Amino acid sequence: MSSFDPASIRSEFPILATEINGRPLVYLDNAATTQKPRRVLEASRRYYEELNSNIHRGTHHLARAATEAHEKARETVAAHLNASSSDEVIFTSGTTDGINLVANILTASFQPGDEILISTLEHHSNIVPWQMLCERSGASLKVIPCDDHGVLDLDAFRELLTERTRLLAVTWISNAFGTINPVAEMIAAAKAAGARVLIDAAQAVPHLPVDVQALGADFLVFSGHKIFAPTGIGVLWGRREVLESLPPWRGGGEMIKEVSFEGTTYNDLPFKYEAGTPNIEGAIALAEAIDFANELGMAAIHLHEKRLLEKAAEVVGGIEGVHLYGPSERAGALSFAIEGVHHYDLGTLIDQMGVAVRTGHHCCQPLMARFGITGTTRASFAAYNTMEDVEALATSVEKAAMMLR
Amino acid sequence: MSIADKQQQVLDELDLFQDWQERYEYVIELGKKLPAMPEEQKTSEKLIKGCQSQVWLDASTEDGTIRYAADSDSVITKGMIALFVRVLDGESSDDILTADLSFIDKTGLKEHLAPTRANALNLMATQMKQRALELAQG
Repeated sequence: MSSFDPASIRSEFPILATEINGRPLVYLDNAATTQKPRRVLEASRRYYEELNSNIHRGTHHLARAATEAHEKARETVAAHLNASSSDEVIFTSGTTDGINLVANILTASFQPGDEILISTLEHHSNIVPWQMLCERSGASLKVIPCDDHGVLDLDAFRELLTERTRLLAVTWISNAFGTINPVAEMIAAAKAAGARVLIDAAQAVPHLPVDVQALGADFLVFSGHKIFAPTGIGVLWGRREVLESLPPWRGGGEMIKEVSFEGTTYNDLPFKYEAGTPNIEGAIALAEAIDFANELGMAAIHLHEKRLLEKAAEVVGGIEGVHLYGPSERAGALSFAIEGVHHYDLGTLIDQMGVAVRTGHHCCQPLMARFGITGTTRASFAAYNTMEDVEALATSVEKAAMMLR
Repeated sequence: MSIADKQQQVLDELDLFQDWQERYEYVIELGKKLPAMPEEQKTSEKLIKGCQSQVWLDASTEDGTIRYAADSDSVITKGMIALFVRVLDGESSDDILTADLSFIDKTGLKEHLAPTRANALNLMATQMKQRALELAQG
């Protein structure tokens, strides 16, 4: 047996002991947010009990200790991503915040005629900031289509990638269907075409080992709360020379070197992009969450979740009238629909049986429109999920479908 | 039978059920029984905005009373709206406008619903009164 033991992992998550209608909670909404292990909760608490102080520039003991812990957290993130320097790690409030930051600092680099390439699989957070950038700059948005399995059409991608393409912004893993995009190949093609690349890794960082140097993109964003950390903390990794060449966005404390009424000089990376008092506790808790995930091992997490997903596809897919979305090779999430059953009704009934999933458009309305549906039911997995959870999902879905048909 | 009596009747029926499953089966049954609206009548004007599932509501006058028709792509939502239709259909606009529709809170169904769905129920009740008011004002 491997040392990867979901039962003992579960015991580290207090909330997983919750009961719903007398049944144990089966939490399968991890693509929305993951639960938090005790040690992450303790890291947050310890920060406020032992370190709380505003960081940088402080001369007193607590300010130094808090600054040290915050910057150590940045190093933990940098090591986890294999960034060449922790200066490339910008703390944000999450994926959405990171994408908006990049969209704003890139504004001046765009002019009418320039194109931004995204894909049909994108979350609204990787669509709307680019539409807003297009409105500001006169650039236009191009969309890589996908096939009926929710797999990107790479031939179409190569055709859409032209000298007008200034940016490729694409998700690594689809939050709606679990599709794993061939990002390494796409990044290489985009770089060869002279475009910058942003990878939305919100659903990748929780499930895969990530090496930003090997990937070769310019920006990569993710949220802490999808990898066992609290909400309100996330990361923008940006290639140093790219970030150094771009203007700041938000102005305020921390991001300046010197301020006078005649003019201001800006701070160096990473502080140039961190105006205001940051989420110090969040950064420290994120580092704890990353340490936790690394102790389990990202490869082991990926393998465990892959087995759960394959089993879920088999048992849920075997229920009468069920249609599975996405390719057979998935990460994180399994999305499905049942003929003659509204996803909202299905979610409501299986919730009564203690099974927490997400129903609806998953913030991917254009993708739902591509498939001519209003939404799906999505079960999404984390390290603490078990084969029993998969069985409970299948049993509850089957029972609910019988009630609804 | 008055609106209040019909409400009590619904509560008495739901009271027979022991658990969430029987209550939901009852609502699902109501949803299936409520006649579907013809596709051409499901227009955007009849769509109640703000619900996660699509809900269409139509109201007309007949011999001084208000007649309701409703439909939804979600059978549970349709069952919920069928509860309101059963209570309000065929009543005068005066009685509908003064009716206390908080009976739905006593059904015990709301506590099983996501907040968005509970809000949708309130929205439906408000919309049914609103349509009655519009018809009464001609």
